[in-house]
Amino acid sequence: MMKENKQNTLIWLGLAISAIVPLLLPNHITVLTYIWVMIILALTWDMLGGQTGYTSFGNILFFGVGMYVCAVVQRDMFSSGLERFERVSEIVVNLSVSEYFISLAIGTISGAIVAVILAIILGSGILGMRGHYFAICTLGLGHAAAEITSGIEYLGAGSGMVAPLYPSEFLMGKEVFYYYSFLLVAVATFFLFKKIYKSQFGLALNAIRDNENKAESMGIHTTQYKIAGWSISAFFLAIAGAGVGNVIGFIDPVEIAFSGPTFGVWMIVMAILGGKGTIWGPVLGAIILYSAKETFWTYLLGWDKVALGLLILIVVVYFPKGILGYFKDKKQLSDSVLSPKGEG
Amino acid sequence: MNLLNVKSVDKSYGGVIANHDVSLNVPEGKIVGIIGPNGSGKTTLFNSIVGHHPIDSGEINFDGKEISSLTIPKIARLGMLRTFQQTHIYGKMTCVQNMQISSDIDANWKRIFNPFSKEVDEMVDELLAFVGLYKKRFLLAGDLSFGQQKLLEFAMSLMKKPKMLLLDEPTAGVNPTLINGLIDRLRQVNEEKGITLLVIEHNMRVVMNLAEHIYCLANGTMLADGKPDEIQNDKRVIDAYLGN
Repeated sequence: MMKENKQNTLIWLGLAISAIVPLLLPNHITVLTYIWVMIILALTWDMLGGQTGYTSFGNILFFGVGMYVCAVVQRDMFSSGLERFERVSEIVVNLSVSEYFISLAIGTISGAIVAVILAIILGSGILGMRGHYFAICTLGLGHAAAEITSGIEYLGAGSGMVAPLYPSEFLMGKEVFYYYSFLLVAVATFFLFKKIYKSQFGLALNAIRDNENKAESMGIHTTQYKIAGWSISAFFLAIAGAGVGNVIGFIDPVEIAFSGPTFGVWMIVMAILGGKGTIWGPVLGAIILYSAKETFWTYLLGWDKVALGLLILIVVVYFPKGILGYFKDKKQLSDSVLSPKGEG
Repeated sequence: MNLLNVKSVDKSYGGVIANHDVSLNVPEGKIVGIIGPNGSGKTTLFNSIVGHHPIDSGEINFDGKEISSLTIPKIARLGMLRTFQQTHIYGKMTCVQNMQISSDIDANWKRIFNPFSKEVDEMVDELLAFVGLYKKRFLLAGDLSFGQQKLLEFAMSLMKKPKMLLLDEPTAGVNPTLINGLIDRLRQVNEEKGITLLVIEHNMRVVMNLAEHIYCLANGTMLADGKPDEIQNDKRVIDAYLGN
């Protein structure tokens, strides 16, 4: 009980600092925004990757889908009278304050819904596969989506799309608005996932991770649980994608929306780095990895990727279960040795 | 009334005939044993019954329903559960969590995102005490000894309040002291909770003590069946075991 209280105090303290940080460090607000994005990415990946033990390399698909659906809604919702440019990728719509936020909200929600539907359809197809087979199957998802998008002129094809301009007359600046939006989404995701992992549903995911055959023979419909877990991830991942599209302002199918080598890999590395299968692990991993990435990029330009690789290497070799996993193991060991009853 | 009715089931893996024309009946509320030398097709028969793989021909009726084409979770929900020869537990979860997740969580879909109810937790404590694991309830199940894991798995299947349990060598690898306790508990759930048991067992002392009716499989076919003392003196059974 003491532990729970301490943890809550820590959470509120962290949130209080996060709320005022953009005022203290106005020049770093974009980096700080991305930390919240990374937390969402790592948390959503961990639902299947950590808690259920199903490594997915294709979650980036939902990120990109959210981004594109939102961008299309923002472009087309209020601009039917606008003159069309020759190329879709050059269309920039100017929206009034209310139009901007209404289309952003509807776009984000539509993106999330489309991603969930996609997760259900894809999941019923490939989540029947076990372990490695599922992982291999997801390898192509992001890449396929990027290729398909590159061929659709309505989505700007290979040249991508441009997000609408942020209404400059709104009282809050673009950076500040997106910082607080992502903070809200990340915190909501965190608390919801925390509740889920403590629930019957969460324990069912863990059971699938530990012994799927047993879970099935005990009457748990394992595939349905996996699909449900993946859909919840897809929902929040798409929301993150919709926001990131607007923060960057430019949506490219290969480099940004379905970017496997950046966002797609980071979400996995962050969750593993912090300790997969825990609620705090992905959060910790996201903060550490993204801060390290930005620091290396600032001070070691040219060698930044080498330094980042070295950091990942050190973690994998010395903390194969992630930072939190390492401490959890240590604690469990001392628990079972010191008090055989294992109260705790 | 027969709870389980297996009628001339055939199952082969490629050219290997694992079960041929196997039939057996398990009356409700009884304890029935299956014996047979290694490789005689006992576990294959269990796998066929619980829906682990499709059968080539034959019929399997459970509680008046034809189940040979149903999936594992569906059959489990009808009230027939099996335990494995090797223990199947959730190693990275505590004993309590292992038990909780074995309760009927789908029974109320709306509560799926809530923690477990008080009734479930009380049942967990009661059953863990029943198998003698109450003191170890907060340990990871993977850290228990093999015998304790078997007891845990047995308790987990009781969480589901099954009509029938299929136990695949419940005493294999369990030390002699624990075996006696296990036999008592098996008898107890059969008498007090009315759970029908179908037990594969190599330990003759155990199965002769426990079962009221015994089937003997050899080379994939049903060699003999009868009361324990009949089976004990059956020349075909003795020959099959001694390899003549």
